Amino acid sequence: MRTLSTTGYIVDDLISEFLTETAESLEVVDSELVRFEANPNERKTLDNIFRLVHTVKGTCGFLGLSRLEAVAHAGETLLGRFRDGKLDVTPVAVTLVLHSIDRIKVILAGLEATGNEPDGDDHDLIAQLEAMAEGQAVDLSTVKAVEVPDRPINGEIEPAVFNGPALGAGALGVGDIDPATGRALRPGEVAEADLEAAFAAADGPDDTPTTLQAGDIDPATGRALRLGEVSEADLEAAFAAAESPDWMNEATSDVEVSQPVAPSAPPVTAIKPAVPTPPAKAPEPMAGLGGEDAQGIATTQSIRVSVDVLEGLMTLVSEMVLTRNQLLQISRTREDSAFATPLQRLSTLTGELQDSVMKTRMQPIGAAWKKLPRLVRDLSYELGKKIDLVMEGEGTELDRQVLELIRDPLTHMVRNSADHGLEGTQERIDLGKPATGTVKLSAFHEGGYIVIRISDNGRGLNTPRIREKLLEKGLVTRNELDTLSDQQVQRYIFAPGFSTAAAVTNLSGRGVGMDVVRTNIEQIGGQIDLLSVPGSGTTFTIKIPLTLAIVSALIVGAGGQKFAVPQTSVMELVRTGQNAEHKIEKINDALVLRLRNKLLPLVQLGPTLQLEAAKDEDATFVMVIQVGERRYGLVVNDVLDTEEIVVKPLATILRDVNVFSGATILGDGSVVLILDPNAMSERAGNMLEEKASEDTEDTTAHAGSEKVAMLLFRAGSGAPKAVELAHITRLEHIESDKIEMMEGRAALQYRGKLMPILTVSSDFSGLLSSSREEAHVQPLLVFTGEGYAMGLAVDEIVDVVEDQMTIELSADRPGVRGTAIIAGRACEILDVDYYHLRGLAEHQRHPVSHVSSERAVA
Amino acid sequence: MSLKDYVTLRVGGQLFGVDAARVHDVFHPRGLTPVPLSRSEIAGVLNLRGRIVTAVCARRRLGLPPREEGAPEPLAIGLEVHGDSYGLVIDSVDEVLKLDDEKFHAPPGNLPPRWAEIIVGVYQLEKELLIVLDPHTLLDAAHLKAA
Repeated sequence: MRTLSTTGYIVDDLISEFLTETAESLEVVDSELVRFEANPNERKTLDNIFRLVHTVKGTCGFLGLSRLEAVAHAGETLLGRFRDGKLDVTPVAVTLVLHSIDRIKVILAGLEATGNEPDGDDHDLIAQLEAMAEGQAVDLSTVKAVEVPDRPINGEIEPAVFNGPALGAGALGVGDIDPATGRALRPGEVAEADLEAAFAAADGPDDTPTTLQAGDIDPATGRALRLGEVSEADLEAAFAAAESPDWMNEATSDVEVSQPVAPSAPPVTAIKPAVPTPPAKAPEPMAGLGGEDAQGIATTQSIRVSVDVLEGLMTLVSEMVLTRNQLLQISRTREDSAFATPLQRLSTLTGELQDSVMKTRMQPIGAAWKKLPRLVRDLSYELGKKIDLVMEGEGTELDRQVLELIRDPLTHMVRNSADHGLEGTQERIDLGKPATGTVKLSAFHEGGYIVIRISDNGRGLNTPRIREKLLEKGLVTRNELDTLSDQQVQRYIFAPGFSTAAAVTNLSGRGVGMDVVRTNIEQIGGQIDLLSVPGSGTTFTIKIPLTLAIVSALIVGAGGQKFAVPQTSVMELVRTGQNAEHKIEKINDALVLRLRNKLLPLVQLGPTLQLEAAKDEDATFVMVIQVGERRYGLVVNDVLDTEEIVVKPLATILRDVNVFSGATILGDGSVVLILDPNAMSERAGNMLEEKASEDTEDTTAHAGSEKVAMLLFRAGSGAPKAVELAHITRLEHIESDKIEMMEGRAALQYRGKLMPILTVSSDFSGLLSSSREEAHVQPLLVFTGEGYAMGLAVDEIVDVVEDQMTIELSADRPGVRGTAIIAGRACEILDVDYYHLRGLAEHQRHPVSHVSSERAVA
Repeated sequence: MSLKDYVTLRVGGQLFGVDAARVHDVFHPRGLTPVPLSRSEIAGVLNLRGRIVTAVCARRRLGLPPREEGAPEPLAIGLEVHGDSYGLVIDSVDEVLKLDDEKFHAPPGNLPPRWAEIIVGVYQLEKELLIVLDPHTLLDAAHLKAA
């Protein structure tokens, strides 16, 4: 396999394979070491680590990579001392070994990029390793820890060729962490190809401890061993798993599922059609792993398949499914069909084929978790906290593509939980909690989704602090804040620009917040939520679709054309129109929908796409769509169907039309375009800003700005007036003759009660004069308080704008807070409290009584 | 002397040629789904034997007047550019011609810019000129934007 690195160099085949395998080995070493540190008496783990490091060293020597070899050799020597029991395993020692692993990774990254070992001096590290091996005290601070580039090897390699970084190793890592589950033997986890190679090269020099100890490989054998060495480690992991009593059951049940499964991550893609019994039967040879013993395992068959091939297969099957759907549709309309039976059979087979091929894309989620034990360990030392990482359901499978996309968010969240979620050890002891904090990761399937939970038993979110912060950052107004429940408040940690970390540590709080996590997850049609209990911890729940290739979609009609909308982003459907309960209303040309006492901004699909509305289209639906923080309603003319669609990308020539994420072929053979709710929301956003409407979910200010949505209106004489939109409960337009006058006061029958009507000028001349002539439409701002409502009659509603409200002139009369420049005009800012008091006074003057008894004067 | 096959076709009366090796198939563009907000050259997307094909109107692309009323149903030639399937919607297909390289000429310098970049060259046939199109630049998004 020739691998083209991103830098454009063609890395030599040999080096390339070495890089791949070493990357895998090192991933395993990382997690093995963490395990080893926790349990220094576990001989097998140490043997495994030793073998892996030794393998790296041996191969380096053979390939003439002297710098790598020197570091690996020093590391191995230290490990050898552990193994011989001559040295106690201390955290310092383990950290040192981890440092050397990191150094190796850095060198490998350089090698990957340039084809040559990068220049550098490792004497400091080697000296420390040697000193440690001699039993001398080592000051860790003198060793510079290197910043390991993320995915040092795999990240560099062309994603198409190498999309699932070191999956085999990852799965192995998982298996290693908990061999009792038998996970190491799940398909693909043991790199079968490596296994095979191992058998070919089984008489390697590290059969016996003495050879290992010496660490000097005869180049002749070393060459043969190049592949095998990694595999032996894999083998050993396999044997470790095999010794578990559960294994056989696990494997048997596994096989049924996994038979057609071909884990698709290159380069360790392995398809395992056969039951891996031989390793199970041969746990013994691992002590002195003889080639002869290992030969028996060679019956386990596997092949490496490139992701391209699998992707191609997926595409073909998708097309086949579509053709099948078309055929079925045709056959339904014909009665005499002799094809019915074979077609049914074809249909079943196609379905099975689709399932099988989908499975080749599936990978255990453990692959995305493999870096976490090391991460948590490092965090644990850095923060001085005792942290346990518990992982459950590593075997839960999901689409490779999805896996890649959630890797980083997950890492971020585990880091967050360990850093911010858990208390310090002393604090925990003081609270009477177990000194060791736990971060627990679990995964399971639910419907077409995978549910991932990240929970900690720490302090829980500090809700009062979040409330303060929300106000501080202007994310909500004080009025809104009062109406929010604790859980709603907690959800604001997903809002852009929000971070609660009091102290920014080295490891988290780097400015990438939970909003990024949320965005990433929502981009793949997932959802995230949290539950926090003060004092006992926080649980994040992520729900993501198993695959992105086939999605469930709503087929909707607008402007005489059909479109598909991915169902994951549609929260609910609301029927509107003539006789429906919900009606579309207008605020200054912007369409809104009242939905459970909130205003939902609307976007009309047809007009947005510049489609002419067909004449008979009036029965409309509103699809409530949630994208990130934004929630909006998409007005469509019809909802026709739900269908499982195969997403196909649009041709390059159409990429500039960003509202479509792809196209698909429906069962009837027609092509429909798939709407991208994200892009639509951006369009919606533009429209909403232009028309200055408001989104009630996060009403006002975007993070950072202190803009407030203001309603501009004219009332009485003088400057236009303005009031914060948040204070207004409703805008009403009423017939002016409905206003009833009595004893110099005005009132309106409103929702079965009498609501006092006030005016700015505190006389009713405006109302009276116009009502004498003829009835006109009277705009009314409705304010509500505890158990009462009042209406402020105004002359004209001018506009709704978002602007900063800086009062520049102080008030010269009651009812006005001052004058401010709003949207370029000097406006008087209404003192809402003043009108509330007046409204309340009106209520008290005549407690709401029978309407009929106080029949109007006017 | 080397010969090359060209599919000859007509758009707005003008004779054009496309390298026959590039033409996958010839079909009637039916069941077109228009793509809202797309460039005017895009006629829509259609399903051609399970593949989604993007139909591009040659007349629009070349800046020619739209098809006359009552003109026969247009045809499309299937082309592949950057792995995407396209259908270039044309008026009619004439024949496949074997043409000699020696009769090939570089495009004249006085072509409008819209034409200049998509024309590879010109063959002088006995009766008329055959304009050889480059499907690549014809259907390339970047060139389309510039046009």
